[in-house]
Amino acid sequence: MSDTSTSTPESTVPVGDAVLSLTGISKRFGAVQALSDVHMHVRAGEVVALVGDNGAGKSTLVKVISGVYQPDAGDITFAGRKVTVGGPSEAQALGIATVFQDLALCDNLDVVANLFLGREESTGPFINEVEMEKESWRLLRTLSAKIPSVRIPIASLSGGQRQTVAIARSLVGKPKVVMLDEPTAALGVAQTAEVLNLIERLRETGLGVILISHNMADVQAVADRIVVMRLGRNAAEFRVEDVTTEQLVAAITGASDNVVASRAARRDGGSHD
Amino acid sequence: MTDTANHSIAADLADERLIRAQGVGGYVRQFLGRLRAGDLGSLPVIIGLLVICVGFYSAEPRFLSSRSIVSITQFAAPIGIIALGIVLVLLLGEIDLSVGSVSGFTAAIMAVLVVNQGYSMVLAILAALAVGLLIGAFYAVLYTRVGVPSFVFSLAGLLGFQGALLYVLGTQGTINLPSDSFLVQFTRFEFVSPTMSYVLVVLVAAVYAGTQLLQVRRRSAAGLSSPPTVLIALKAAALLVGLGFLSYYVNIDRGWSYLWVLFAVLVVLMDVALRRTRWGRHVFAVGGNEEAARRSGIKVNRVYFSVFALTSLFAALGGLLQAGLQTSVSQASGTTDTNLTAIAAAVIGGTSLFGGRGSAYAAMLGIIVLQAIQTGLNLVGVDSSVRFMVTGGVLLLAVAIDSVSRRARSSSGRG
Repeated sequence: MSDTSTSTPESTVPVGDAVLSLTGISKRFGAVQALSDVHMHVRAGEVVALVGDNGAGKSTLVKVISGVYQPDAGDITFAGRKVTVGGPSEAQALGIATVFQDLALCDNLDVVANLFLGREESTGPFINEVEMEKESWRLLRTLSAKIPSVRIPIASLSGGQRQTVAIARSLVGKPKVVMLDEPTAALGVAQTAEVLNLIERLRETGLGVILISHNMADVQAVADRIVVMRLGRNAAEFRVEDVTTEQLVAAITGASDNVVASRAARRDGGSHD
Repeated sequence: MTDTANHSIAADLADERLIRAQGVGGYVRQFLGRLRAGDLGSLPVIIGLLVICVGFYSAEPRFLSSRSIVSITQFAAPIGIIALGIVLVLLLGEIDLSVGSVSGFTAAIMAVLVVNQGYSMVLAILAALAVGLLIGAFYAVLYTRVGVPSFVFSLAGLLGFQGALLYVLGTQGTINLPSDSFLVQFTRFEFVSPTMSYVLVVLVAAVYAGTQLLQVRRRSAAGLSSPPTVLIALKAAALLVGLGFLSYYVNIDRGWSYLWVLFAVLVVLMDVALRRTRWGRHVFAVGGNEEAARRSGIKVNRVYFSVFALTSLFAALGGLLQAGLQTSVSQASGTTDTNLTAIAAAVIGGTSLFGGRGSAYAAMLGIIVLQAIQTGLNLVGVDSSVRFMVTGGVLLLAVAIDSVSRRARSSSGRG
């Protein structure tokens, strides 16, 4: 798997200092230590995949970054400054945008209304539809997104197009870091490819991207680095060129003798017999 | 979709998969396409209204007389204003069953203050409207803080405020309003003069054309497509001729009542507020997907608060005007069928019961249909038992059309 050339070579992408750094993050819920001494860095123009099994602490970490939870210990450094993220709106104001798994779009409103929901541009008491529509096309074009019209209700869009709108919406506040929670979970093959293209476009525009996914193929196709979490700790960190699927699975499950590997071995054995 | 092509084509038409509408013919084709896709808008109501008019006219030509049309519009207005409030709660996917009782109760407060206590009419009206606002605020607290479903607290309100009406009226069964009070004068005897009505019609058409042309200028300045100027001119001319003819026709009798003009102004204001302001956008968003609205930073509770308060305020206003029109408040005020007529009007006009779809004009179209049926059946001389059955049938038909067109919409991707 390590010889796949789907990942973009580092040399073509200008990579700056870490735009978002987490160091020594710990979070405890009652008797459960959900995160202990977790660290992670995201640079501008870099896609960092966050992988791990259920209960590994991915969601907790995402919620710490997006301000839903406050960490018990540890520092968050954003754009060179130590920050505390007090809530989702504070995260947005800082420049950390989150695209949730269930997208949170209003089916009855059109694309423009959804993109600017809660942040409508207005002149006097009235919504400035013209300005918003212009900006919508600009956003969608930077993503090379295929949306036929921004004046049709969200209900008439396909799953991939909805994901596109949700990602475009995260860009409205001009963020520096975009977090995507399972963006390909419910999509078909072609739509998944489209969303992966979109993630590469985000990287090209110089954003730091955190991709949370269960899908090893997607992660290996688009990420620059992969951070593996297990039982609330950093289990491993790989550059995507250096890692095989087997190594990833081993890091996620915490054993080379895991159910995925033994299944693969069994199938290999079966085909040789 | 290359960069060179973008220079000549408006930004919103650059996608090659989009079927472009060119000229007036293109817009007509687009309109027909929308109809086929189940996006009927207010077309079923308008067709229904035409059928009603033709039907009653052939049975009784007086139905379409100037006099009858003047009284249809005049008597439709108070409950139409109540229905405007119902449109708002329905947009949130909620319901208010108590608007009739609230309208009767607040009218009784006004009548007692004026007739029994001797306060001035203005003060009494303000007090009644304030009570309406308070009731709505109380509903909002019940909904957002306590979590009582709107069906339940408004059902409680339906019973409770009917009792409050009887309590306020006390031993008096009926309070007659002084016929020289301005409320009675305004609702019963004030009509727009013919000259004034034509001036208003020209003004309406001019404002329409002006805002549309301004929109075209701003859109083309921003590099976006806009409808052809010919189409705007045609629409403005249609508005001018249509409203002008209607004005001429009602001017044969007494003309447009002030009451109806007040209702029309409220409908237009509410339409602008719903479609063109942040508040209106947020009402639609909460009605469509409350969780999405909350996550995008909309203060959902404030939206609920404003809508419940406005609905009760409109109910109070409608009740006051109804009292003026009937020159009295009685134990039957707002009790018999006010609730259900107002709700039926909003639904017949095309407001979805599931939230997120509808417009202020639904209240106006719906109440005209219902008032026309009532007037027509009265003229033909059938019993009120028939009227309830016909109204029920029309309501059922309206919801059935909405359900069928919803299915067409979802299969053709129009939500």
